[in-house]
Amino acid sequence: FCRQCSPAMLMRRGPEKNSIFGDCIQTVFLCLFPDKDIIYICPFSGALKGKVFITNYRLYFKSSDADSAVMLNVPLGVICRVEKMGGASSRGENSYGLDITCKDMRNLRFALKQEGHSRRDIFEILFRYAFPVSHGLSLFAYLSQEKYEENGWNIYKPMEEFRRQGLPNDKWRISFINKSYELCDTYPTVLAVPYKATEEDLRKVATFRSRGRIPVLSWIHRENQAVIARCSQPLVGMSGKRNKDDERYLDLVREANGTSKLIIYDARPNVNAVANKATGGGYEGDEYQNAELIFLDIHNIHVMRESLKKLKDIVYPNVEESHWLSSLESTHWLEHIKLVLSGAIQVADKVSSGNSVVVHCSDGWDRTAQLTSLAMLMLDSHYRTLRGFQVLLEKEWISFGHKFASRIGHGDKNHADQDRSPIFVQFIDCVWQMTKQFPTAFEFNERLLLTILDHLYSCRFGTFLYNCESARDQHEVRLKTVSLWSLVNSSNDIYLNPFYTPESGRVLYPVASMRHLELWVSYYIRWNPRIRQQVGLHVGVHNVMHASTLSAY
Amino acid sequence: MLSLGSGGGKSAKPSFVSYVTPEEINSEKDTPKEEKHPDLLPGEVVFCSASTVLKLTQDELSQRGTFGTLLCTNFRVSFISDEETGEETAPLFKNKLYGENDIPLSCVDNIYGGYEDKRKLVTGSQVKNKYPSKIIIHCKDLRVFQFALTFCKEEDAKRIFQGIVHHCLEPKSLKNIFAFSFCENTAFPEMQMQQRTMMFDSAEDWAQDLKRTKGSCRLVTENANFGLSPNLPQYFIVPESVSEADMTLFQGKGLPIWCWSHHSGCALFKTSNLPLQQEDNVPQSYMEKMLTAVAHNYLYSVKTEDLSDTLPTVQDIQLSYSKFKQFFFIDSTTDFWVSDMKWFSSLDNCGWLDIIRQCLQKAMEVVECLEKENNNVLIMEDGGSDLCCVISSLAQLMLDSYYRTLQGFQSLVQKEWVAGGHNFLDRCNQLHLKDKENVSPVFLLFLECVWQLLQQYGPAFQFSETYLTVLSDSIHVPVFSTFLFNSQHHRASILRQADSSHSQRGTLNCPTVWDWSVQFDCKAQQLFINPLYAEKPKLDKSMRRPHRPKHQRQLSLPSATFKTPPKKGFFKDETDSLKKILRVKRISRWMLSPDSPQPSSTSREFYEAWQRKPLDYHGLLLPCLDGPAVRIWMQRYLRWIQEVQIFGGGLVTVLSKVSDLLDEVQELQRQLDRHSSSLTSNHQRPRPRPISAETDSRLSVLLSSSFPFTTLKNNWSYKPAIPTGLLQSLMNSGNLADTEDDDQESLVRA
Repeated sequence: FCRQCSPAMLMRRGPEKNSIFGDCIQTVFLCLFPDKDIIYICPFSGALKGKVFITNYRLYFKSSDADSAVMLNVPLGVICRVEKMGGASSRGENSYGLDITCKDMRNLRFALKQEGHSRRDIFEILFRYAFPVSHGLSLFAYLSQEKYEENGWNIYKPMEEFRRQGLPNDKWRISFINKSYELCDTYPTVLAVPYKATEEDLRKVATFRSRGRIPVLSWIHRENQAVIARCSQPLVGMSGKRNKDDERYLDLVREANGTSKLIIYDARPNVNAVANKATGGGYEGDEYQNAELIFLDIHNIHVMRESLKKLKDIVYPNVEESHWLSSLESTHWLEHIKLVLSGAIQVADKVSSGNSVVVHCSDGWDRTAQLTSLAMLMLDSHYRTLRGFQVLLEKEWISFGHKFASRIGHGDKNHADQDRSPIFVQFIDCVWQMTKQFPTAFEFNERLLLTILDHLYSCRFGTFLYNCESARDQHEVRLKTVSLWSLVNSSNDIYLNPFYTPESGRVLYPVASMRHLELWVSYYIRWNPRIRQQVGLHVGVHNVMHASTLSAY
Repeated sequence: MLSLGSGGGKSAKPSFVSYVTPEEINSEKDTPKEEKHPDLLPGEVVFCSASTVLKLTQDELSQRGTFGTLLCTNFRVSFISDEETGEETAPLFKNKLYGENDIPLSCVDNIYGGYEDKRKLVTGSQVKNKYPSKIIIHCKDLRVFQFALTFCKEEDAKRIFQGIVHHCLEPKSLKNIFAFSFCENTAFPEMQMQQRTMMFDSAEDWAQDLKRTKGSCRLVTENANFGLSPNLPQYFIVPESVSEADMTLFQGKGLPIWCWSHHSGCALFKTSNLPLQQEDNVPQSYMEKMLTAVAHNYLYSVKTEDLSDTLPTVQDIQLSYSKFKQFFFIDSTTDFWVSDMKWFSSLDNCGWLDIIRQCLQKAMEVVECLEKENNNVLIMEDGGSDLCCVISSLAQLMLDSYYRTLQGFQSLVQKEWVAGGHNFLDRCNQLHLKDKENVSPVFLLFLECVWQLLQQYGPAFQFSETYLTVLSDSIHVPVFSTFLFNSQHHRASILRQADSSHSQRGTLNCPTVWDWSVQFDCKAQQLFINPLYAEKPKLDKSMRRPHRPKHQRQLSLPSATFKTPPKKGFFKDETDSLKKILRVKRISRWMLSPDSPQPSSTSREFYEAWQRKPLDYHGLLLPCLDGPAVRIWMQRYLRWIQEVQIFGGGLVTVLSKVSDLLDEVQELQRQLDRHSSSLTSNHQRPRPRPISAETDSRLSVLLSSSFPFTTLKNNWSYKPAIPTGLLQSLMNSGNLADTEDDDQESLVRA
C-alpha cells in the first residue's frame, strides 16, 4: 500500500529529518507528501496549504504560506480516531479529506484533492501507525533509540521509598509474597503489610478482595504512625458474605498505631457501592468492628469520560462565548475535581490527626489512586519535589496498576472503548489546582504537568504503557524502552518552579470550593491562540532580577 | 433504582442559633465590665453605646463569640471587646482610621434584624419600640457582623439599635458627613505624595498632560471661577476651533472635552449628550459644528459612540451589582457550601462579569480606532460623567503605560473622574438618600475592569491588587474629599460655605484619598507596590526630564488603508468629509449592538493581530475577554470568608518569595561592590525594597490567601474546610452515574 516509502526515498529524505525535528528521536520516515496538495483546515487561521510528513512517531504539518507560520507536530499516539470526510462526489471547497480526533482536546481536519488516491494513502498510513497495537506492530517506545544522561527507570526503588518512610518497623513488615504476581497480578511485587499478618493471612484476605487487591500500606506518618492503606472492594455480594480473616486483617491495620476507629473511605457514591453487591462486590458493613465507613461520592469512569467530553465541546475549537460560566458548570468537570480533592483532604486530615485510614473504590486502581496520591501530596513535602513527584506517580499509579493501557487506549483503534477514561488527567488537574493555590510549595512547575500529559499519550516513553507491573515485566518495558523521567531529569531546570520555598512537615490543605477551582486553561484551551499562555509571574521575576542586576552597573 | 442518601459529609442545616450564656463563655468575668471607648478620632463624638453585646463569630454553628461594648459615633459603628487583646504585635496592615471591629457609617450596606429564627431587612421606618435579638450588618467592603443583644439591658439594646439604624440609614446633609468635623479638628501636613499625583485642579496640570501626549488642543482657563458653566471643570481642553461662545451655548453640554492624544495626532474626546431634539435646529447644527471641530483635530476623521445606546445604564449596573455582592455575604458555613454548588451559574446570572466584559470590549474598540485607524474618537452619553469616565480611562490605561504607574493612575482618576465631574456623592449615596435612583457603583466598575487588566498583565502595573482593593474600600470612608462631591463646582461651593461658617480656621482642608498616610503607615503603604512590576528600562539620566514621563510610542499595527492628509483650507473638503462622517457615524462597524455579545469580527482581528506580537508591558495592552479570562476579583470579594482562605498559600507567598530573592540579590550586589570597587561607578541607586513587611520568613507560614486583610491569629488551626452536601447537584448527571461500576463483567467471572 505504501508506494511512497521506497528505501530510496527514505535515503533521500534522511538528512532532512534533523532539521525538521529538533529533538533527538530517531524517526524512520515511512511516508512523505512533499508535493501533494494538502490543506489543513485550521479552526483559528482558516484553510492553510502546506506539507505533511508522517513518521512512525508523528504527523507533521507545515504551512507553505509565507505569512502564517502554522505548524503541527502531533505524536501519532494522541490520535484517537481517523475518519474520512466527504466522498468522491463531494462538492464544495475542502469538503473531501480526513477528520482526526485527538485525545488531547483537539481535532484536526485536512482537505485533499479528490483525484489521485492521496487520501487513501494518508488514511491507511495514519490508521496503521496511529494504532500499531491493533495492527500487530510495536509501540513507538520500542523503536525509539533516544539516549539520555540519566536513566529514569532508577527513580523509583520500592525498598528505598519504604526506607525513607521509616519502614519496615515493629508494626509493619515488607512482604515478597507477590514476587511472581501470584497473590495479585495487578499489584507490585513488594508490599508493606501489618507485622502481625502472616503470609497465609494475606492469601485468605486476597480471596475476599476484588482481584486479590488486599489492603496494603501506601504511606505512614512519621510522627503519629497513622497509615494510608489502599485496596479494592470486599466481595460481599448480594447475600452479604462475611470474611473473618478480612475483618481481623483490617483490625490489624487499625491496631498498628492504636487508632481507636479505623476510617474506611469508600470513594464511590453510596448508591454505586450498593449496586456493586449485585455483581459480587460491596462494602464493609457493621460486622467490621472498630471501623467506620464513609462514602466520598466520587463518580465512576464513565461519568468522568462524558464530563471531559462536554468540556471539550465548550472549549474546542472556540470557547463558548455566551454564558461561559453556566456552560462550564454544566460540564460538571470542576465539580468532579472538587469531589476528588475534598475526598483527599478528608483522608489527609484524618491521617495527620493520627487516625489510620483505608481507601478503596471498586477495584482500587482509579479513584483510589487519585485519593491516596493526592492525600500523600498534601501530607508529605517530599512528593512535592521534582523527583518526589515522579516517585509518587511510579508508586501509586504505575506500580499499583492504574490501567493506563485501558484508560488511554495506547495504540488501539477502538476509540469507543468504554474502558477509556481521563482519570489520570483528572488527577493531574487536581495537582495543578494545588499548585495554583500553593504557588511556592511545589518544586516543579506547570510545564512538568503538561509534559507528563503530553507523553501520557505519545507512546514515546515506556512509563505509561500497560496496565500493571506484571505486564510491564512480561514486555520488558524497563529494558526496551526509555523512561519519561530520563527526559525530565536530564534537563530538569526547565521544570523547576522559581518560587519554590521548601517547607518540610507542613500539611497543605487546598480549598475545595468552586470559588477557588478554576479551569486549567493552559491545558484544556492551549490550542487556541487567543489564550495567551500565562507567563506573567515568571517574566515578572525575571524583570525584577534583571533590573536589580542592571542597577549594579 | 435504589435511593439511598449520601452516607458521609452532609451536615444538617441548623434552623436556629443557640446562644451560650455569658457565664459559659466568660465564667471568670461575672461582673459586667466598665464601658469602654475606642480611641476617638479628632471631631468624633459618641452618640450611644451598649455593653455586654455578644459579637458572634462568622460561623453560626460554632456558637461562639466575644462580649464587649457596641458604640455608634458620628464616624462609625464600633465594637470593643471585653477580652484583653493578648497579642502585642500590631497588625501588619492596620488602617489608622478604623479597626477590624469598626464600620464607618457610610460603609454600612444593609442592616438586618434577627428575630428568633427569622431575619428582616431593616429599612429605618419600622424601628419604633421593637428591637431584634440580633443585629446583622452587611458592609460595603463585604464584611459581615453579627451582634447579639440578648444579654444587654433592654434600654441599652433599644437605644443602640435605634442609634445605629438612624445614623446609618437615615438621610443626612452633607455638612453632617464626618469629613467636616474631622477636618476642622485636624491639621494635615501638605501631602508628600501629592507632588507627583496631578490633581487637574490647575491649568498647569492640564497643560502638562497635553504636552506629555503632544496634543494640539486648546486649554480653556476662563472657567476658573465657573464663569462659563458650573457643569464644566475649572480647567479643560477642547479642540482648537471651538470658540468661547460654543462653550456657553448649552451649559457645556455637547462640548467635546479632550481626554488624551495619541502619538499619531488623533485624540479621544468625551461629551455629554445635548438635550433631545428641540423645535429649532440649533442642537443639530451645534453638534455638527462640534464634530467638525473634533474632526479638525487630526485628518478630518471622527468616530462617535453614544455609550448610552450600547452599554448598560447606571441603573443596570446598580441592579447587577446588588445581585452580585449578595454572593459574598455569607452567614454560615452551611450557606457557604450550599451556594458553592451553583456558584458559576449564579455568577453568570447576575451579569456583573458580563458588564465588566462589555466595558473592556468597548474601551478596546475605542483603542482600535485611535491606534489602528488613527481616527479621532468622541464618546458621549447623557450625563457625560459615568460610562464616559469608565471607557476613556480604560482606553488610556491600555494605551499609555504612564497611567499604569501608581502616580499616573491616581492622576488619571483625578483627570477623568474628579475633574471630569463624576457624581461621586450621588453615585455612592454618601448621604443615605432613600431615593436610590442615582446610586450606582460606576467607579467600582472601573476598578473591577482595571483589576482584570492587572491580573492578565501583572508586570505592566506598578500598583498592586491590594492597592485597588484599598482604594475601593476608601470610597466608603467618609473622610476624603475625592468621593464627597458631584463636581468641582459642587466642591467649591460647599467648601466656600463651610469656610464662611468656620472663618476662624481658614480654608477647610479635607485630605484626598491619595494622601495614603491618613490611613496607613509607610510600611503598610509598601503593599501598594507590585513587586513584580516590570520597570521600564532606565534611559540615561541626562536624557530624561523630571516629571515628564515619556509618552510611550507604540508602533502602530499595520493599518489596511493609509490615508493621505487632505489639503487644509478648502472648505469643500471639510464639508465633504464631515458629511461622510455623519453618514458613517451611525453605521460605524465598531459599534456593538447590546444584544449581540459576539464582539465584531474586526475587533477580534485587532486583538489577535496585537496578540501575535511579543508582549511589551510598556506598550499597548489589550485584555483577553474570552470566558475564562474574565474573573472574580478574589482579594476584594473573598477576603473575609473563612472557608476560602488558603492557609500558607495564595499569591502572597509568591510575592514574599520574590522579595526574599530581591534581598538576596541586593546582598550579593553589596558583596560584589565591596570586592570590585574599580567596577562600580556612580550610577548606583539604592533600590527601594518592595515589601519589607513580608520579608520576615517566619511570617510566611502564617500567610493566607486573604493577606493582608485578615491576619491569622495564634489560635488558627490547620483544620481544612470540608465541603458538605456535595452529591445533590450531581444527582441528575444522567444515567451514567447509575450504570454499573467499571469492570463489572469481569467481576462476575471472578
